[in-house]
Amino acid sequence: MIHLTDIYKSYNLNTNPLHVLKGINLSVAEGELVAIMGASGSGKSTMLNILGMLDESDSGTYTLDSTPIVKLNETKAAQYRNKFLGFVFQSFNLISYKTALENVSLPLYYQGLPRKERQKKAKEQLTKVGLGERTHHVPSELSGGEKQRVAIARALVTNPMVLLADEPTGALDTKTSYELMALLQEINDKGKTIVVITHESDIANMCKRIVYLRDGVIVEDKKIKQKKAKDYVE
Amino acid sequence: MWNRDRWLEVFETLRKNKLRAVLSGFTIALGIFIFVTLYGFGNGLKNAFQEFFLDDATNTLWIYPAQTTKPYKGFKSRRNIEFKNDDLKDLETDFSLFLEGITPRISRGSQVSYLTESNSYTVRAVGPVHQAIEKSLVYAGRYINKIDVEQYSKHAVIGRLVAKDLFKTEDPLGKFVVINDIAFKVVGLFYDEGGDNEERMVYIPYTTQQRLLGGTDRVDQIVLTFRPEIGYQGALQLEANVKRFLKRKHHIDPNDPAGIYVRNVASDLKQNQDFASVLQYIVTFVGMGTLIAGIIGISNIMVYVVRERTKELGIRKAIGATPISIIGMILHESIFITSVAGYVGLLAGVGTLALIGDKLEDFFIYNPQIHIGTAIFATFLLIGFGAIAGYVPAKRAARIKPIIALRDE
Repeated sequence: MIHLTDIYKSYNLNTNPLHVLKGINLSVAEGELVAIMGASGSGKSTMLNILGMLDESDSGTYTLDSTPIVKLNETKAAQYRNKFLGFVFQSFNLISYKTALENVSLPLYYQGLPRKERQKKAKEQLTKVGLGERTHHVPSELSGGEKQRVAIARALVTNPMVLLADEPTGALDTKTSYELMALLQEINDKGKTIVVITHESDIANMCKRIVYLRDGVIVEDKKIKQKKAKDYVE
Repeated sequence: MWNRDRWLEVFETLRKNKLRAVLSGFTIALGIFIFVTLYGFGNGLKNAFQEFFLDDATNTLWIYPAQTTKPYKGFKSRRNIEFKNDDLKDLETDFSLFLEGITPRISRGSQVSYLTESNSYTVRAVGPVHQAIEKSLVYAGRYINKIDVEQYSKHAVIGRLVAKDLFKTEDPLGKFVVINDIAFKVVGLFYDEGGDNEERMVYIPYTTQQRLLGGTDRVDQIVLTFRPEIGYQGALQLEANVKRFLKRKHHIDPNDPAGIYVRNVASDLKQNQDFASVLQYIVTFVGMGTLIAGIIGISNIMVYVVRERTKELGIRKAIGATPISIIGMILHESIFITSVAGYVGLLAGVGTLALIGDKLEDFFIYNPQIHIGTAIFATFLLIGFGAIAGYVPAKRAARIKPIIALRDE
C-alpha cells in the first residue's frame, strides 16, 4: 500500500541545513495498524507530512497504492489527499463555526457530491463513530473525545485508502484515549490501513506494528501482539 | 459562480460570521453612501446656480452709461455719459443682424395708489421687448406694446403683489392707479419667478415716462437681446462691438475702462456654470477619495479575514480543497458582501437625497440628485475593487502550505 524508499528531507535554518529524515525505507501493507514512535525532533511529524502529501521529500520515492507521488502541484496534491487519505490531528482541526455534520460532509463537498448525498454519508459516518445523536452540535459544544470522533468521521467519510493520525490522543485523557483507540482498532479490523504517530507507548502497543524513529532514521521496526483497547475501558 | 452548493457554503459562512460580514459590508455601504450624497449635493449646487439665471433671459446685454476716466478729443475726464433714444435706434440699425430686441429702461421709485390704498413701488419705464428679458408672465390683460410706446399712453402693467396690495380682491384690469399724481390705466397683470421683489414692479411705456420727466429723451440703461445662435463666443464679440460702437458715438477714449459698462448675462452664466463645474469636480474628487478609502478599507478587511481564516483554509486544503476553490470561495464571499452592501449604500444614499429634496434650498442646494448611471458605476467600481482586494490575499492564502496553516500556535 505505502512504499517509502530512501526518503531524505532537510530544512534550511539560518543557512545551516537541518537534516530531519536521513534515508527512510518503509513499507506498509493493506490493513496494517502502524505506530510511528519517537521523541520530539526524531522526524516522525515530517514523515507523516510527507506521507500526507502536505510536504515533499528532497529525494527518494513514495508510492501510494502503486501511484507514484512525485512533484505534485497544489491542485493535484489536494485531489490526491481528498481521494486517498484521511487525516486526524492532535488538535482536531475542526472548523469551529460548522456543526459536526457539516464538518464531516466538507470533504465530500470538495469531491463535488450533491448536498443530499453528502449529508446522508456524513450522517452514516457519524453514527459509525457513535455520534449519531450529536450531528448538529458545533465543536465548542463537544468534548475532546467527541471532537476527535468527528475528526475521524471526517477522515473516513471519503473512504480513503489510508488513515493518517498525528498524535490523535495527544489532547485527550487516558480513558478517552483508550476509547478512541478502541474505535481506531475497530475501524482497522474492518480492513482500513492506519498510520498513527505517537510518543505514548501504551497507545503504540495497541497497534499491530511499531516503527521507532530516532534522529531521522528507523532504528527498530517490529510486529507486536496487539493489546485490545476495549479491555482497558470499563 | 452559479453553483448552488457554493452559494450555500458562502451563505453559511457569512451567517456564522455575522460580525465580520457586517463590518466589511459597512465600509462599502458607507463609501457608496457618502459618494452618492456628496455627488448629489454637488448636483444640487449646480442646480441652484442654474436656477438663479432661470428668472431672466440669458441672451442679453445690459448697457449702462457711466463717468469717463480719461480725457479724449477735447473732453475732460470725469464726464457723465448719458444714453438717449437715438442710441437705441442706432444700435438697432447697426446690429440688426444680431439683435432680437432692444429696450430702454428708466427706473424710478414712485408712490402708487388706488383709491385709499397707497404704497411706494419701483416703476420701470420700458419697451415691449422688456417682457422677454425679465421673463414676466402676463396672466391677465397684456404687456406694454408698441402702440403704447408710440402714443405715450398712460397704461400700466402691475405685478401680482402690487395688485394684491392695492386692489385686494378687486379685479385691477381697466381700473386706474395714480402714479406720482398721474392716473394710469391698468392693462395687464404679471407674475415673475424671480421672487417677491420682481412682483412689486409697475411697468409703463418709456416714452410716457420721458414726457412726464419733462420731455427728456434720456434713458437710464439699454437692454438688448441677441440671437442665441451666435453662441457664447458671438456674445463676447457682440459685447465688444457694442462697447466700441457706443464709445465712438459718445467720444470716449477707446482705452477708457469706464464710460460704458456692459453686463453680459451669457458670460455671467458661463462663469457661474464654470464655477459650479469646478465645485462638481471638487465634489467628485472628494467622492472618489471616499470610494478609494472604502476600497482600502475592504482591502484591509480582506487581508485580516484571510489571516484570521488561515487555519480554516489549511484544514480545507488538507481535506481536499484545491487552490482554485479556496480563491473562488473567498472571492465569492467578498463580491457577495460588496454587492449587497454597495446596493444598500446606494439605496440609502439615493433615499437620503430624496428625503432632503428641497429642504436645503436655503444653503443653495436645489433638488440634489445623482445620475443613476453614475451611482451604479460607482457601485460596480467598488465591487470590482473589492474583488481585486479579495483576490490578492486569497491567492496568498491558497498558496499557504497546509502544514504551516495547521501548525499549532
